[in-house]
Parts: sequence; structure tokens; C-alpha cells
Amino acid sequence: MLLYAIRRFGLALLILIVAVTVMFLMIRAVPGDPVQIMLGPRATPELQARLTAELALDQPIWKQLLIFYGNLMQGDLGIDVFSGRSVTAIVFEQLPHTLALIFASIIWSALLGIGLGAYAAAHPNTLIDRIAAALSVSFVAAPAFVVALLSLLIFAVNLQWFPAIGAGEGFWGRLDHLVLPAFAIGLSWVGYIARLVRASMLEVMGESHIRTARAFGIHERRVVMVYALRIAILPVVTVIGVGMGFLLSSAVFAEIVFARPGLGKLVIDSITTRNYPIVMGSVLISTGLFVVSTALADLINAWLDPRARTAA
Amino acid sequence: MAKSRSELGQIVTGVARDPLGLMGLIIVGTIVFCAIFAYWIVPFDPVGMNIKDRLQGPSWTHLLGTDQLGRDTFSRVIAGGQVALQVALPAVFGAMAIGLTLGMIAGYGPKWLDNLLMLFFDTIRSFPTVMFALAVVALVGPSLQTVVFVVMATSIPTYGRVARTQTLTLRNSEFILAERSMGASMKRILGVHMLPNIVGVLAVLAAMDIPTVIALEAGLSFLGLGVKPPTPSWGALLKDGYSLIRQTPWLVVGGGLPIILATLGFTFLGESLRDVVDPKLRKQR
Repeated sequence: MLLYAIRRFGLALLILIVAVTVMFLMIRAVPGDPVQIMLGPRATPELQARLTAELALDQPIWKQLLIFYGNLMQGDLGIDVFSGRSVTAIVFEQLPHTLALIFASIIWSALLGIGLGAYAAAHPNTLIDRIAAALSVSFVAAPAFVVALLSLLIFAVNLQWFPAIGAGEGFWGRLDHLVLPAFAIGLSWVGYIARLVRASMLEVMGESHIRTARAFGIHERRVVMVYALRIAILPVVTVIGVGMGFLLSSAVFAEIVFARPGLGKLVIDSITTRNYPIVMGSVLISTGLFVVSTALADLINAWLDPRARTAA
Repeated sequence: MAKSRSELGQIVTGVARDPLGLMGLIIVGTIVFCAIFAYWIVPFDPVGMNIKDRLQGPSWTHLLGTDQLGRDTFSRVIAGGQVALQVALPAVFGAMAIGLTLGMIAGYGPKWLDNLLMLFFDTIRSFPTVMFALAVVALVGPSLQTVVFVVMATSIPTYGRVARTQTLTLRNSEFILAERSMGASMKRILGVHMLPNIVGVLAVLAAMDIPTVIALEAGLSFLGLGVKPPTPSWGALLKDGYSLIRQTPWLVVGGGLPIILATLGFTFLGESLRDVVDPKLRKQR
């Protein structure tokens, strides 16, 4: 297990290094002088020269890359051109908002999805199973930002049940502001998780330990809820880990639609003001988050199911 | 594709027999029809401004009302379908072609090349899609081509991995071993014998992938980072609707519904297609 963990994290690190290098080269490959783009056409030559030296742009490309990695190791993602603050500080200021949104979305959609899936599997081919299946497909089809817009229109503008913008103050205020964005992001996951749990539940229900449990006269509800569900939710763990990238992507839209602070809003605002260090810093942090969560999901999966250790 | 016409006919009949598949077929058919004949169908010019009639509610003249420049929303929805498909089709086919080639090379080529390509796939997949798109847009600026490029780049790994797995499975099958022992060239083995066995699976994947692509284009246009105004994209409609959400709710509905419908249609069609083309996959669900 330890060996697997080391190998898996080694791979994650390798992927991260390649991804960061690709991104670094992408920035450099763009035509035009980055300094001029950052400072705009009206900057003085002295200012341009100073920024060029500060960003080490007068050095050869491999040296720039080394300097970049050196800074990265120290947690330094560069300096925001406009405010002069550290990019790391700015990004980490916004990150908690995005993480709160993502976790809220996962929690409600996983709970509801697992419940629906388990119920459908326990009563296969009944009317409720059919309805759940139809709903699942329809939910999966709804892109997060369309759901966000429509729920903003219905629940915030028309019915005025929930606040339309911002992140709120205090615990209850924050929770109140989380409801609609989390609903929008989570909705497509409910159907997805429900289908996944239903399928793996049906498979588990046919296994011999379930038959044994039944033969022992254990109550059917206990068989389903305790013995079958415990194994059937394993794929959900992996799916959520791998789905982190989708969740981060959906969060960008939810943050824009509901005018919430967060990583996505930070990136969009920075693109409009052409604040490249912030854009790159945010993309880097979110990529890192995604790579780590995928690796963690694989590890949890390997821990729960020893067969997965040798397969990868 | 080596499928004969009758085989293709069988697939279509199979899809049409499944109620969800039929629904998908009808929705997708309608969207494609509207996209092709958009400029004959639209009652008004989708980019034509008419300030006098701006921000009108739905009526018989303007089925879905008008926007802040007096443009007819219904006409813009119809024309928006054209833009959605203009992005989705080249992006998906491009990604499929490149993914297929790379995947087959990874599956059939030497081990080091396989490892290298897999690392390449894993790296691209390690960027959250929208974040990657935003980084690219920030660097090269928004345009239809940028959206197509981003979509292509981010979906190559999906096709590549599936093509690789298929190639690896086929590689040791008896008919390929027989070909090899007869001295067939690598080009012949890959192109004539393996390709037809991989394309079907990838086509199903592509049908399921189109909704994601349409949503991504609409999403980027919604953020103002996709196609440029005044091009009538569904995402651009939503952007206008969002900024005027208190005055003109029909804009959000008009932009949102076609996206949901298109996603539903392609998802139904894709799932049904998968069941017909490869019944084995159905059991794994």
C-alpha cells in the first residue's frame, strides 16, 4: 500500500511538473512582449525595463524556467502588477470561498444521489425507479451555469426565497448565500451519483455475502442499508475525486452568476484587467488541487479495495 | 468507416425503436435542421437592431420577446444553434481524429512512446477544463477558433485513452496475430484491421461528448470569452439575459432552454447509440 501511495504521488508530481512547464511555455510562446501587455501601451521605458529585470525576462528561457520553479518551491507565484501584493496571498484569500461552495455541492448531491440510487436499486423496475432514472438523465444533461441562471431567475428574482448576490456574513448568512450556487453545481451530480449507486448496488446485491445475510434472517432494510450500501458507495468516492475538475469548472460559473467571491471570479476579473500573474496563479492552484484530489481518490479506492492497487 | 449502408440502417432503426433514442433523434434532428436552414427559418434578422421595439415581452410577432437592442430573441435562438454546431462538430471530429491516431500509436507502438503519450494525456486532463480555457483565452484572446481549439485540446485525451485501450485489446487477438504472421505492414494492420473496430466505440463517445462541448461554448460566450458579439450564440443570449434578468426574464429562458434541450437530445441519442452499437457496454452500467 505504501509502495502504491509513493508511486501514485510520484506520478501526480510528475504530471504537475509537466503541466506547470507547459503553462509556463504557453505564456512565453504568446506573441508580444509580456511586459508591454502587463503595463499597457503608455508605460515609460524605465518602468518596462524595471519589470523586465524583475520578471527575469532578459534571461534565457531555461534560466527563466529554473527561476520560476525556484520561486514556486518557496510558494511565490509572483507579484500582482496592479496592487503589488503577492499573488499567493490573493489566491489563497479567495480559495476558501470556492472550496466551501464545492464541498457544499458535493455533500448535498452525494447524500441525495446515494439515497435515490439505493432506493431505486432496492425496488428495481418500479414506477419510482423509472422516475428516478428519467430524472437522473435529465439532471445530468443540465449544465451548471444554465441551472444557476434559471435558479437565480426563479428562486432569487421572482420568488425572492434566497439572496441573489454575494457570500453573506456570519454562519447563517453564509449558508443562506450558499444554497442556490450549491444547488446549481450539485444538481447534475445527483442524477450521476444515483445512477452509479444504483448500478453498483444491483451488482452487490447479487453477491454471496448479501445472500448469506438474508439467509441469516437479517431484516431486508438492514441488508440494503448496511451490508450492500457500504460496498456500493465505493465508486462514488473515485468519481468525486476525479470530478473535482468539473466541480472547479462549475464553480467558476456559479461564482459569476451569483457574484460570489472565489477563485473563478478572481480569474474572470483578472482576465478583464489583463492581470496575467493572477490568472496563471489561480489556474496553477486549481490544477494542483485537481491533481492532488485525483491522486487521493485513487489512494482511498486502493485502501478500500486491494484489487485496485495492482491494477494501476 | 467500413460499415455498409444496411448496417448503418440497422443502427438507425435500433435507435428509433428505443423511446429515449427516438426522442434524442427527433431533438437532434430538429436542431440540425434549424441550424442548416437557420436563415430561411428566422422571422427577423438575428443581428438586426430595432431600438424602437427593444425589451419587449413574448408576443405573436416576437415569440420570445426582444433584447436591449430590439433584436428578436427567437431568431437569435435559431441562429445560435448554427454557432453551437459550428463549434461542436469540428472540435469533436478534430479531437476524435487526433485522439484516435495518438491512441493507436500508444497502444501499438513501443512502450516508451506509450508512456510518453499517456503522460501527455494525463497532463492535459490535469487542468480543470474551464480553468484551462480561461488561461488560453487570457493569452490569445476570445474567438470562435479559440473555443474550438480549447475544446479539441481538452477532449483529445478522452478519445486517446479509449483508442489505446481498444488497440491494446485487439493487438493480441488472433486475427491480428494472423495478419502479422503473414507479414502485413504496420500501416495495413492499423488502418485496415484495427481502425474499423475502434471507430464505432469512439463515435458513441463523440455523440455523448457533443453536449459537453455545446455547454462549454455557451459557457465561455456567457462569460464574454467565447464568440464575439453580435454573433448570436446561446451563451451570448444568456449573458444579455443575465445583465437584464430583472427586466427581461424571457432572455434567460430563451437562451437556457435550447442548451438544455440540445444536451438532453445528444445524451439520449448517445446512450441509445451505445446500447445498439455495443450491447456489452450496457451490462457494465
